[in-house]
Amino acid sequence: MNDSTRKIVAPVVFIVGILGIWEFLVWYNDLPDFRMASPSDLIPRYIRFADLFVEKSWETLWRTVVGLGLAVIVGTLIGMIMGFSRFAREGLYPILVGFNAIPKATVVPIVALMFVGQHDFNTILIAFMISFFPIAVSVSIGLSTLEPEYRDILRSLGASNFTIFWKIALPKTLPEFFGALKVAVTLAFIGTNLMEIVSPHGRGLGDLFDSGRINGDYPLMFAVLFAMAALGIVLFYFVVFLERIFAGWAERAPG
Amino acid sequence: MSATAPMIELKSVTHAYTTKAGPLPVLDALTLSIPENTFCAVVGPSGCGKSTLTRLVSGLMKPNKGEVWLHDQKVTSPRPTVGMAFQNPVLLEWRTIMDNILLPMEIVKNPMTKAQARDRAMHLLELVGLQGFENKRPSELSGGMRQRASLCRSIIHKPDVLILDEPFGALDAFTREDLWCTMHDLREEEPFTCLLITHDLRESVFLADQVIVLSGRPAHAQYVMDVDIPGKRALDDLYTPKAAEMLATLREQIQIAQGRHPAENEGAAPPPPDPAPGQRGVKATTPGAMQ
Repeated sequence: MNDSTRKIVAPVVFIVGILGIWEFLVWYNDLPDFRMASPSDLIPRYIRFADLFVEKSWETLWRTVVGLGLAVIVGTLIGMIMGFSRFAREGLYPILVGFNAIPKATVVPIVALMFVGQHDFNTILIAFMISFFPIAVSVSIGLSTLEPEYRDILRSLGASNFTIFWKIALPKTLPEFFGALKVAVTLAFIGTNLMEIVSPHGRGLGDLFDSGRINGDYPLMFAVLFAMAALGIVLFYFVVFLERIFAGWAERAPG
Repeated sequence: MSATAPMIELKSVTHAYTTKAGPLPVLDALTLSIPENTFCAVVGPSGCGKSTLTRLVSGLMKPNKGEVWLHDQKVTSPRPTVGMAFQNPVLLEWRTIMDNILLPMEIVKNPMTKAQARDRAMHLLELVGLQGFENKRPSELSGGMRQRASLCRSIIHKPDVLILDEPFGALDAFTREDLWCTMHDLREEEPFTCLLITHDLRESVFLADQVIVLSGRPAHAQYVMDVDIPGKRALDDLYTPKAAEMLATLREQIQIAQGRHPAENEGAAPPPPDPAPGQRGVKATTPGAMQ
């Protein structure tokens, strides 16, 4: 089997296999819907609520992407400040760690109170807050561990600090940046859903999940979980795709 | 040597680093003068301030006391007429070999057009034996090949002064000897003034017109030797009695610099030949700073 076939066949085999085992276990143990829905129960939900799934997925998706975009901009800026100034690094680090340690579920009601009714803004804010930390840390580490010789080859020619940043520091940090972005994209997605579920406001997949819970439609809840997983996979592989384009040089040839 | 003004001149340069334990003096009234188109090798014990010397000459650092002059101009900041190569080739992994070599052209204002610079890069690649590798990434090259590319990058902008900080130090013996010959090829092609920092006495004798031995820290110029091997050098030139004599002299000077001269240790190996001036092929000069 060649590489590209395997990349498609392997995940399909595993997904189908796991769904099969799940279906079998539910059938074998004769579990009712409200204890455990089976994959075959999900399909009718997707068909029945197709419009809602598309609409809610889109709401979740765009708010996650905007939150992540904000996290990339702010996280990179904070990382740059921390990477270039030791003073700023030592001052900001404990604050960032503390901020990151606050469970965002507790921030959701506070944000919802602070900006009453600004649902999209609040959701983006939570997605941003939960996901900028790894980006800031990785950029700062990437910049602060730049070997002095890399700086010297340009500095000895009289290059400015900006030139050194643009030509060397920034591209050299890209692999670390994308490593962090892969973590951040999942976190941002969690942040969006957290807002949608903890502070329900009728938008996103979190809302669909919530209505399943309220109506006792357990298969719908499971169906939403799968939609979320699918969306998460799409987002993650989009980042991988970007990584290939911008930091593909960091990937060694296999073998 | 010609009577023109020296290309690199250090006037009583003193430098110290600030450490937790107080100032650490590395250079003590170091005075050097390297004429244009001379290849000068600097040897000395570990940690004697050889790398500090490269940073001072390139303008990356300013000395505490004394002055560094390049081409009749006092060095106060880095200047584009200098090329540098280090032990670590520091190639940019995300660029092709060609784009790595052209990097200085993006910084330095140069009359060369892009096409001319590319042609020059191709020519240099050919000289160092890397033709056909211009579109490869650094990760696809061996250590020796990367160092060759790094050498091309250091001279692409036609610098007046080339500063080499142990560029061959991390290579295996055969690759190193190969690169020594490449250095001679490059010099033959276009002359430049070179300051080479090295730990390898054979390398210094094979490559340089002038070898300077630095004393232990804080360093001054302890000994200066003119290497007089006429014509284009070949590796065999290292195995002549003359070369052996020069190497013995340098080794002895290093031992003095390390503070363990064999003559002062009873029962040590017999002392090497006396480095008196006027010997065949070895002209020992005593700089003023010597003590």
